[in-house]
Amino acid sequence: MDLDAPTTTETVSIREELEAVGIEDVLAQLDRELIGLKPVKTRIREIASLLLIERIRKRMGLTSEAPTLHMSFTGNPGTGKTTVALRIASILHRLGYVRRGQVVSVTRDELVGQYIGHTAPKTKEILKKAMGGVLFIDEAYYLYRPDNERDYGQEAIEILLQVMESQRDDLVVILAGYGDRMDKFFASNPGFRSRIAHHIDFPDYADGELLEIAELMLREMNYKFSRDARAEFIRYIALRKSQPLFSNARSIRNALDRLRLRQANRLVADLDHVMTVDDIRSIEASDVLASRVFARGREAAEN
Amino acid sequence: MRITQGCFSFLPDLTDDQITRQVQYCLGNGWAVNIEFTDDPHPRNSFWDMWGLPMFDLRDAAGVMMELNECRKVYGDRYIRMSAYDSSHGWESLRLSFIVNRPKDEPGFRLERHEVAGRSVRYTTTSYAVDRPEGRRYG
Amino acid sequence: MPPNELKTSSIPASRRTTAKETDMNMHSMTIRGRDRYKSGVLEYKKMGYWEPDYEPKDTDIIALFRVTPQDGVDPIEASAAVAGESSTATWTVVWTDRLTAAEKYRAKCFRVDPVPNAPGQYFAYIAYDLDLFEPGSIANLSASIIGNVFGFKPLKALRLEDMRLPVAYVKTFQGPATGIVVERERMDKFGRPLLGATVKPKLGLSGRNYGRVVYEALKGGLDFTKDDENINSQPFMHWRERFLYCMEAVNKAQAASGEIKGTYLNVTAGTMEDMYERAEFAKELGSVIIMIDLVIGYTAIQSMAKWARRNDMILHLHRAGHSTYTRQRSHGVSFRVIAKWMRLAGVDHIHAGTVVGKLEGDPATTRGYYDICREDFNPTRLQHGVFFDQHWASLNKVMPVASGGIHAGQMHQLLDHLGEDVVLQFGGGTIGHPMGIQAGATANRVALEAMILARNEGRDYVHEGPEILAKAAATCTPLKAALEVWKDVTFNYESTDTPDYVPTASVAM
Repeated sequence: MDLDAPTTTETVSIREELEAVGIEDVLAQLDRELIGLKPVKTRIREIASLLLIERIRKRMGLTSEAPTLHMSFTGNPGTGKTTVALRIASILHRLGYVRRGQVVSVTRDELVGQYIGHTAPKTKEILKKAMGGVLFIDEAYYLYRPDNERDYGQEAIEILLQVMESQRDDLVVILAGYGDRMDKFFASNPGFRSRIAHHIDFPDYADGELLEIAELMLREMNYKFSRDARAEFIRYIALRKSQPLFSNARSIRNALDRLRLRQANRLVADLDHVMTVDDIRSIEASDVLASRVFARGREAAEN
Repeated sequence: MRITQGCFSFLPDLTDDQITRQVQYCLGNGWAVNIEFTDDPHPRNSFWDMWGLPMFDLRDAAGVMMELNECRKVYGDRYIRMSAYDSSHGWESLRLSFIVNRPKDEPGFRLERHEVAGRSVRYTTTSYAVDRPEGRRYG
Repeated sequence: MPPNELKTSSIPASRRTTAKETDMNMHSMTIRGRDRYKSGVLEYKKMGYWEPDYEPKDTDIIALFRVTPQDGVDPIEASAAVAGESSTATWTVVWTDRLTAAEKYRAKCFRVDPVPNAPGQYFAYIAYDLDLFEPGSIANLSASIIGNVFGFKPLKALRLEDMRLPVAYVKTFQGPATGIVVERERMDKFGRPLLGATVKPKLGLSGRNYGRVVYEALKGGLDFTKDDENINSQPFMHWRERFLYCMEAVNKAQAASGEIKGTYLNVTAGTMEDMYERAEFAKELGSVIIMIDLVIGYTAIQSMAKWARRNDMILHLHRAGHSTYTRQRSHGVSFRVIAKWMRLAGVDHIHAGTVVGKLEGDPATTRGYYDICREDFNPTRLQHGVFFDQHWASLNKVMPVASGGIHAGQMHQLLDHLGEDVVLQFGGGTIGHPMGIQAGATANRVALEAMILARNEGRDYVHEGPEILAKAAATCTPLKAALEVWKDVTFNYESTDTPDYVPTASVAM
């Protein structure tokens, strides 16, 4: 996939192009891996189509500019941003927009130093590792601390901005974090805003999607809900969402880990029971109901 | 004169594109690439100054080229070379080394002969450049 | 090693061992108890030199012989005889055996296989206990294994094909004085084969004229020049003359190029004292490398290797004379064994074949030699003639040298066959250049660097080789001339020493 090939082409079959780069595989994988997220998937598909056409336009000699590909992913924790970043990297790689396709995922701590002269080498170190791939900066707004004029984050920001501009062929930067904070961040750092080509918003999961996610995860681990347990888990989701520190799919995964603990405890407690495969796979209503989420829910109702 | 140390000194100076491809070859082999510079190219001067540490865990040559360009900004008047280190057992040394920057004028070396008994000669090679203090040797 | 693993079913029935012989393979015939030591003559296979059930110990030295018995001699008996005659046996029973732990000291032939496609020849595997050998002595090792037995009357011919040297024994040797990695560090040359040339004409040049060739070749771009095997100290050039003029040339070329250069000063002489004197003088003059010939003998080689280690000198070995016993397939010692011995003995360079040049060497067999020189572990590769797994226990690596009838136009093939850690020696290919020696050297260096550049860029340099060379020649007149002069020179002759096993079984049943 040589983007610099000077040859110009007259006709192009989109089907052949798509098959040649195999983007459909990546999109299908994304569909399998992530429940819901309709708007996100639509955006990804749009971006992929755009880049495919850009590639063809370039070959036909209709454009010569390397497109800006930096992105921002906004949304609450556990909404699939990291997974989508991996797939995006794969799509960009297949289309030839990044040469290697690795994703280097960092937060402020890995970019910003503790003392004078510390930040530039740290930021450059990360940038060098991300060259040829995608640099994913989670909670990017922590780079910017308006309350402290001499914060070293500013230095990292300047280096990032410069590389995002001058080495667009070499890497793609994805800035990620909570929507409202990212908005503020962009407002005070217009340099970033102007260099970001694609904003993708990751909505929270609906209750039904969270249940689907839970069942998908259980299936992968060879567990399943009993009928009653499933009903209780639906209640669980509704309660959990209203409680603090809810983080979508991540909270679901944690809840399932605790369910498995309680299930194991229950099975082991019953010494004389001869177990079937079904028993071992099955999560029962009591396993769900023992969660503190219900107790906290009752407290909240009483108060 | 033209110093012919390094792997590609008999070819026309490598373009950045060619350097990138050589660096990518090194990275592809899992070697760490280091940028080194000197203003004393004596053939037995093993330890050129390091431009930072060898770059470990890089996937793409663009990162190395970024550093090379930085290095050229500061030491563009000197010799700069790329060295690739292989840490695997039984080697643990350089695998490739080549010059990527030269001073505009390469004054070369003086060969001094110190004649001793029995027609033997003790030879000393000296870079003409080191007649001047460090940092003021070229250009 | 599972028994009979090597027995290929692809051997025609007429060439297989007879049922009776195969049957014998299964059983020990050793006579035990009092009868074993009754005076008189006993068959070797009954004396305990044929032990098909024996499982070699990790510390055993194993030798693989190609045995060609005289007509009518049982191959098992012939192989047992080889085991016996290369260890404890003599032609008759001796009672003094009973004063020793004789069973331990007896070499044990534990497997005999017919050689594929070679009627009348057998591969005999013989195990030797480590206690049979003096530590760190090739002289002792070779005196045991090849000392007597090659003239044994019941054999038509005998060849030592390969040896498995146990780590316990490898560790008793110093190994190469310098090794490939340190040689590269000292020479400050990485990522490409080194380039050399043997000064020509071999004989007759005065010291001053000889030094001229060295200077021209090194200044033109070679890393090394080399004395030939028979350049010692003759009426036309005394060795001190040669050393003095050569070192003037080396230093001058070094200053002219800014690169480390070397010339292999051959210190081969009639006595060890003379050799030490010459080596000391080479050191005094600042040479990085000296040279010896294989014909000085194993002990002298080991002595010089120790001297080289003590004096930070690279030690080049010219394998002068080896073809007298390595070349014929049925009799002698395979070069792969010599290569193993020389790695133990401690040389840094050894001539190991060119594949494409003027001297004997088929690609697969040569590959086996190169692996023996350069790897830390050689897995069994029958298709390269390597019969055993060989661990080198981090012993330094030997730089193979390719010399004889090679030229710049073959650069892609040389790189493909021989790899990166090799000295390519273009003697005629440098000195015979129509524009002079410097131009010849430059042509070789440019061709090499262009090929390495292309290889590293991921190009299919083996197929695109001629194009790559042509492109490099566009900006290098000496290379252009070299390609023109030698474009049609090849040496395509049948090899006499090729592997017995080929990867694809194409022989009809």
